[in-house]
Amino acid sequence: MKRYATLAFFLLTLALPALAQTPPQPAPQPAPSKPAAQDEFVPVTAPMNPQDTIPAPRLVAIAYGFIWIVLFGYLWSVRSRLSTVEREIETVSRRLPERK
Amino acid sequence: MRRLFVPVAIIAAAMFAYAPFLILSAPYESTMGLVQKIFYFHASCGMAMFAAAFASGIGSAMFLFTRKPAADRLAVAGAELTSIIGLLVLVTGPLWARKAWGVWWQWDARLTSTLVMWLIFNSYLLLRRYGGPGSDRLAAAVALFGMANVPFVYWSVNVWRTLHPKTSVIPSLQPGMRGPFWFCVVAFLLLFALLLSLRMELEKRRQQLDQLYLAAED
Repeated sequence: MKRYATLAFFLLTLALPALAQTPPQPAPQPAPSKPAAQDEFVPVTAPMNPQDTIPAPRLVAIAYGFIWIVLFGYLWSVRSRLSTVEREIETVSRRLPERK
Repeated sequence: MRRLFVPVAIIAAAMFAYAPFLILSAPYESTMGLVQKIFYFHASCGMAMFAAAFASGIGSAMFLFTRKPAADRLAVAGAELTSIIGLLVLVTGPLWARKAWGVWWQWDARLTSTLVMWLIFNSYLLLRRYGGPGSDRLAAAVALFGMANVPFVYWSVNVWRTLHPKTSVIPSLQPGMRGPFWFCVVAFLLLFALLLSLRMELEKRRQQLDQLYLAAED
């Protein structure tokens, strides 16, 4: 099962660039010059565009939710792997004196 | 470290519980608005990812020179954390970009070099898992390449023209944003230290188990 999960993860990693590729444009247009990278953040008291079509609250919630889920999942995974190894150590060390 | 583990875990948990309130009370950014609040965890994750990559690279260098199992444990734990925290960076970044830039992804220097670094540490982990005998030394060399990528990722935004904000946004943060940001950075670095020590403990137990199996075979 673990082997399949690792294989699936590896294939997903390979497929990332293809998934991230933007679809081709229908007609070539002159490329607009890229805006320069931001040098600093300017604070304001309220969001600027209330009629924006891309819902920012959903994106922020997904970002924070994803971080919490992955971190808790990883912590749980390390804890469970640790307890499995400890159980195995106990079993093997109990078997060792019996052999001698 | 074992004595410090519980107090540090309590401090980190308290900081993570308080962080959302600080982030909510921080001012909005003038052009990006609410979505810029992803920055507080995204950039903190980025710093923790760099720390993890350095831990893995330094552990690998020490392992190559000394062959000490403790150095190998540091390398493995650092590589796994680079992969996990790197995933957080690579997922939260596009969520922010979708709103701020209008696209999920740009093949610019910062984003591409971060993806390459993440792939290098994933290849380290695959090599350790399936590489067979001797893969520990080969993987150590891979981790050194991964660590060498860190300064390139960091400075890429200043050297090449990218959509990603430059490194100057952090020293120029306004007081209302500066406090919550550094609070989140400390919280993530504490969490990173805790996870690193826990993962190193797991690797130590695995090495003990291997020794026991070898003793049982003799």
